[in-house]
Amino acid sequence: MRYFYFPGCTLETKAVGFNRSAKEAAGALGVELVTLPEWNCCGATFPLSTDNVLDLAGPARNLVSTAEAGGDTLAVACATCFNVLRRTNHFLRKHPDTLEKLNAFLERPQPYAGQVEVRHLLDIFVHDVGLEAIRRRAVPGLGGLRVAAYYGCMLLRPADEIALDDPERPGIMDALLAALGAEVVDYPHRGECCGAYLTVKSPEASMPMSYRILSAAGRAGAQVLATACPLCQFNLDWLQARLRQQYASYQPLPVMYFTQLMGLAFGLDPAGYGFEQHYVDPRPALAQAGVLGGIRSP
Amino acid sequence: MERPARAPIAHALVIGAGIAGMQAALDIANSGYPVTLVEKLPSIGGRMAQLSETFPTLDCAQCILTPRTVEVGRHPNIHLITYAEVEDIQGEPGHFRARIRRRAAGVRWDICTGCGACIEKCPTRVPSDFDMGLGRRKAIYTLSPQAVPNKPVIDKEHCRYFTQGKCRVCEKVCPTGAIAYDQEDELLEIEAGAIILATGYELYDVTRLGEYGAGQVPDVISGLAFERLLSASGPTAGKIRRPSDGREPKEVVFVQCAGSRDPEKAMPYCSTICCMYTAKHAMLYRHRVPDGQAYVFYIDIRTAGRRYEEFLQRAVEEDRVLYLRGKVSRIFRDGEKVVVWGADTLSGQQVEIAADMVVLATAIVPRPETRRLAEMLGIEVDAHGFLREANPNLAPVSTCRPGVFIAGTAVGPRDIPETVAQASAAAAKVLSLFARWQLEPEVEYAGQS
Repeated sequence: MRYFYFPGCTLETKAVGFNRSAKEAAGALGVELVTLPEWNCCGATFPLSTDNVLDLAGPARNLVSTAEAGGDTLAVACATCFNVLRRTNHFLRKHPDTLEKLNAFLERPQPYAGQVEVRHLLDIFVHDVGLEAIRRRAVPGLGGLRVAAYYGCMLLRPADEIALDDPERPGIMDALLAALGAEVVDYPHRGECCGAYLTVKSPEASMPMSYRILSAAGRAGAQVLATACPLCQFNLDWLQARLRQQYASYQPLPVMYFTQLMGLAFGLDPAGYGFEQHYVDPRPALAQAGVLGGIRSP
Repeated sequence: MERPARAPIAHALVIGAGIAGMQAALDIANSGYPVTLVEKLPSIGGRMAQLSETFPTLDCAQCILTPRTVEVGRHPNIHLITYAEVEDIQGEPGHFRARIRRRAAGVRWDICTGCGACIEKCPTRVPSDFDMGLGRRKAIYTLSPQAVPNKPVIDKEHCRYFTQGKCRVCEKVCPTGAIAYDQEDELLEIEAGAIILATGYELYDVTRLGEYGAGQVPDVISGLAFERLLSASGPTAGKIRRPSDGREPKEVVFVQCAGSRDPEKAMPYCSTICCMYTAKHAMLYRHRVPDGQAYVFYIDIRTAGRRYEEFLQRAVEEDRVLYLRGKVSRIFRDGEKVVVWGADTLSGQQVEIAADMVVLATAIVPRPETRRLAEMLGIEVDAHGFLREANPNLAPVSTCRPGVFIAGTAVGPRDIPETVAQASAAAAKVLSLFARWQLEPEVEYAGQS
């Protein structure tokens, strides 16, 4: 299986561990991720002022490049890039007049017709590789590590445009983690917002939002929380030092990318997964659960 | 044009024996014409038999229904066929032929006395559909002690003899030897001149409401399940006990429009009866649990019916039910509590209630078999599968096919008074056909002219 792959800015800078683990975990499953030539920033938010066609040009250029390179699928790891690219594609398919304007502006040899499918790695792993193949490959597996799957907003909403899972009761990441040998914990806030960009301007607003997710996952018995979004990862990870000051009984919970857990489950060398960059170091929890045990130290 | 060889048959077929089908059958039968009444369940009464009390009078539903079920059961002009479904309908108005499959009950009803010994001794208990899963019944069962007919059926999926090959306890204890494990389905052919469809409704599938727990939170129940908790003949004998641990809930949240008035995600229409029955639920809850608090989340309150608004005011003013205008966004379990997140749009605040139990007023939806029957008869259903009237203003119980009439919640959400009025209207339509056929036996069928 071979797909064009869109890493995105954050995975090339802050979230290099996500990028590396995503590519290696994919490789272990026989999925070759070919980095899209000359990709550019997705725009980081889907433009809500839809009359401004130029806002769509950035994300659209990646779709055009995929088509020009002969690809029919653009695989994305970052939940936010996935959201922006997928919604852009959806919008262009629904609005031929905008697409025509964009094609005129981009002046590429072949006009884009909406033929590329933007897909998240979760989708590719679960539906193209399949849970059974993942289960077979998951040696040594996660040994019953208790994981809370956290989806956040970007993987789920708007439901009809993203169409990856039921936003009110998502399960695709839970299924993947269970196939890796994790014990997936049930908690109610899988799809609640972590606070997103509020962290920059009003951390007092985002902190309760993140706390609600982390504490519910912790109460459900999670040893690790898994995400597919660098911003969620940052919020949920970074705020924990402050949560510990504010709530005396607060127990820190490592926040990991689901692909890091895939790499560990497949017995890959986690050097370069960037564990040392996490604010709450996941290694003690992983070692305690015996998940790091079978792996050569880097 | 060729004339039918025989005169049209003044015999009605009524499909569905809820309050609509029963009313229509009784009106026709009391006018002196024969009726065949077919019901899918083992006994008649439909949804109304599950209800505790009816709004706005708080009449005991069983008490006002039982005389009707008994009358239907013993009426000389009503041929009652329960535990049966209509498989096929052929023919023309005036000369319909219906094939009816009566499911094998495993019990010879012709010699069963309804003594109940088999039910008492049956060792297998399974969740009861009639009690909306809150109570349990035996593998040989009647729907309720007041069942008409009061004859049991064997649930072959759970019966120990059918699943494991041994037991036969019911056979041993039956004093008349009525147990017949090898009984087979029976195919009946009946002829009728006119047909009334009164196939009733189902509730919106709660597993599709992920934001409300998708049916996975035991203390989040449907309004119909709450009726069973309120009912003296229900699984808790009328005491309010929550399903998870049997404790009396002290804070109960009622959520209206769960799946109704939601064109984006669920059904776009108003289910019509929920505002009133939710007011009734909250009121009756406060009567049973005087130190309990009842909350109702609503979009707006629709009490368009005689004495309905007064009933609502009574719930608010006398019974201190707290009404919050806004939608509930999320319901989840947190320890022993069921947490409800919602909006109070009058104060502009977000609301979080740590409740003990939640009652969802889930949308009324048509039964899938209604669509099947409509296709068989060549009549129309709407986009959701409700039966379509010939004209919603001027012919509300007629269909596009002469001789085929409709009544009750199979046509759309409606309450008991409207259902009964509509059933009588459908019966009057049938009777006017029969009267005309009697006056003018030579006439070709009205619909052909």
